[in-house]
Amino acid sequence: MMRRFWPMFRKEFIQMRRDRLTLMIMVGLPVIQLLMFGYAIQTDVKHLPTVVLDESRTPESRDLIAAFENTGNFRIVDHVDGRPALDRAIAQGDAQAGIVVPYDYARLLGRGTTATLQVIVDAADPLASQAAINAATSVAAVRNLLILARAAGRASAPLEARVRPRYNPGLRSPNYIVPGLVGVILTITMVLVTAMAIVRERERGTLEQLIVTPITKTELMLGKIAPYVGVGLIQMTAVLVLGRYVFDVPLTGNVPLLYLIALIFVVASLSFGLFVSTLVRTQQQAMQLSFFFVLPNILLSGFMFPRQAMPQLFQWVGLLLPLTHFLKVLRGILLKGVGLEALWREVAVLAGFAIVMIVLSVQRFQKTLD
Amino acid sequence: MTQAAVETHDLTRRFGSVTAVEKLTLRIATGEVFGLLGPNGSGKTTTIRMLCGLLEPSEGGASVAGIDVTVAPERIKQRIGYMSQKFGLYEDLTVAENLDFYAGIYGLTGAARRERLRQVIEFIGLGTRLGQLAAELSGGWKQRLALGCALLHRPPVLFLDEPTAGVDPAARRNFWRAIHELARQGTTVLVTTHYMDEAERCGRLAMLSGGHLIALGTPAEVAAQVGGGGTTLEDAFIILQERDER
Repeated sequence: MMRRFWPMFRKEFIQMRRDRLTLMIMVGLPVIQLLMFGYAIQTDVKHLPTVVLDESRTPESRDLIAAFENTGNFRIVDHVDGRPALDRAIAQGDAQAGIVVPYDYARLLGRGTTATLQVIVDAADPLASQAAINAATSVAAVRNLLILARAAGRASAPLEARVRPRYNPGLRSPNYIVPGLVGVILTITMVLVTAMAIVRERERGTLEQLIVTPITKTELMLGKIAPYVGVGLIQMTAVLVLGRYVFDVPLTGNVPLLYLIALIFVVASLSFGLFVSTLVRTQQQAMQLSFFFVLPNILLSGFMFPRQAMPQLFQWVGLLLPLTHFLKVLRGILLKGVGLEALWREVAVLAGFAIVMIVLSVQRFQKTLD
Repeated sequence: MTQAAVETHDLTRRFGSVTAVEKLTLRIATGEVFGLLGPNGSGKTTTIRMLCGLLEPSEGGASVAGIDVTVAPERIKQRIGYMSQKFGLYEDLTVAENLDFYAGIYGLTGAARRERLRQVIEFIGLGTRLGQLAAELSGGWKQRLALGCALLHRPPVLFLDEPTAGVDPAARRNFWRAIHELARQGTTVLVTTHYMDEAERCGRLAMLSGGHLIALGTPAEVAAQVGGGGTTLEDAFIILQERDER
């Protein structure tokens, strides 16, 4: 039993080493994706270009505008002297926010009635505008509290919520994106590479030759995917090391445990690739079907968009994807530093997925041509 | 009569509504070089694939090296060598790596493996090209390498499916010399072809047309059965092909 596994493994390994293009994809993909996602994706929007229309021109109004700038969310790019100029700047995209301080601002403030100020936000980009809206609201809220407290004769506000963003105190995007990226890259390469590897043998006629030999289905499939387990773990290491030293992402928890669980995830992804290969005839179909699987993984797993915000149905669909569970493991171990006691359910689901996929693909793969 | 190496009775294979092979009954003795001759689509490849356990027969049965193909198709695989039209070589592996891979797949190990590899390399004459990638070999050398890979486990029965497609005449002649040498050593060879010069080299032939057996015997007998006395094998083949196309 399994004595034909090693020749298969050796052959696959030699072929992998010789195939420059695949090798480049396997090594280049993680690096490029990491730099792309790590640098480009910043969900915390800062320094939104802002124009100011200060009709008040008083110390109070300048003080207010400084408060806006100090939040770090607004970057004052211009002072304009009329509504048309302000509207034009936002319409043309030179600015994404506008702050209007009316001429009676200081007077109303001094008189104790409500002084208004207007913040105009370009909401065509909801993610960017949300940060500006939140910042604007909180600037006003803080000033209100100060003024009210002073009026009530108190030295400080009556209530303060002290929010502690645990596990990612700086609320940094890379801390959130990089661990997830490990899972995304593994999903893409592992599924695609195995699906292609079997279909390529079918296209070149070597599969026909293989199935007239005494090799068993299990030996063939395991020998085929085993070399890629190593590739997956190398990819993961590359992303983690780059994440640590380029993006300063912490490696808080038990890293050997993470590798152990990643092994299960890699096997699950590889077996899914095998399963894909039993469904298709050509490399092109294999590629299309793989991407059909990868896309929901990226969108629904919680890699970029919070699952809690999705309709119930899509949360359920997300639960069917191995990446959803692996992301919890990645973030759990790397950011929270938790161990198996908190993650055993995810591990069980991943193991179950791997077993089901192996059984399904061994069953579907026939050692005959029809 | 000697022990039959390959026997079929009423072997039939249908693909949907098309019958590729119909009620084929053959008996091939050990050590024979037996040809399956017929135009494209006559059922040659389908027959070989059923005998190798690659396709299940729709009806009828066959036994190869004493094993029933419908009962134990996997057990047959250790006892046959198979060479397809596409050669089944890994073009991104070297000659030595291809041989080594198939030796492993057929379960050869240790000293026996080294000795057998040496013998096969000598037999196919690829000793000086061991480090070359299979992709860089000419058609003739690829064919010899494919033959070598199929012989490593000393199969008593060898199936060759149009083994010389796209190979030059000199290489083809060398190849046939090797085939007859194997037959002398007791290997039964079943070969499909549509080249007349190849068909002439077979001990016996079965001529197929539209999935039916229409003539059986030595090359001269087959020619006479199809076209009457004085017909050459080539004439017989053309008569057949024209009949098929009608």
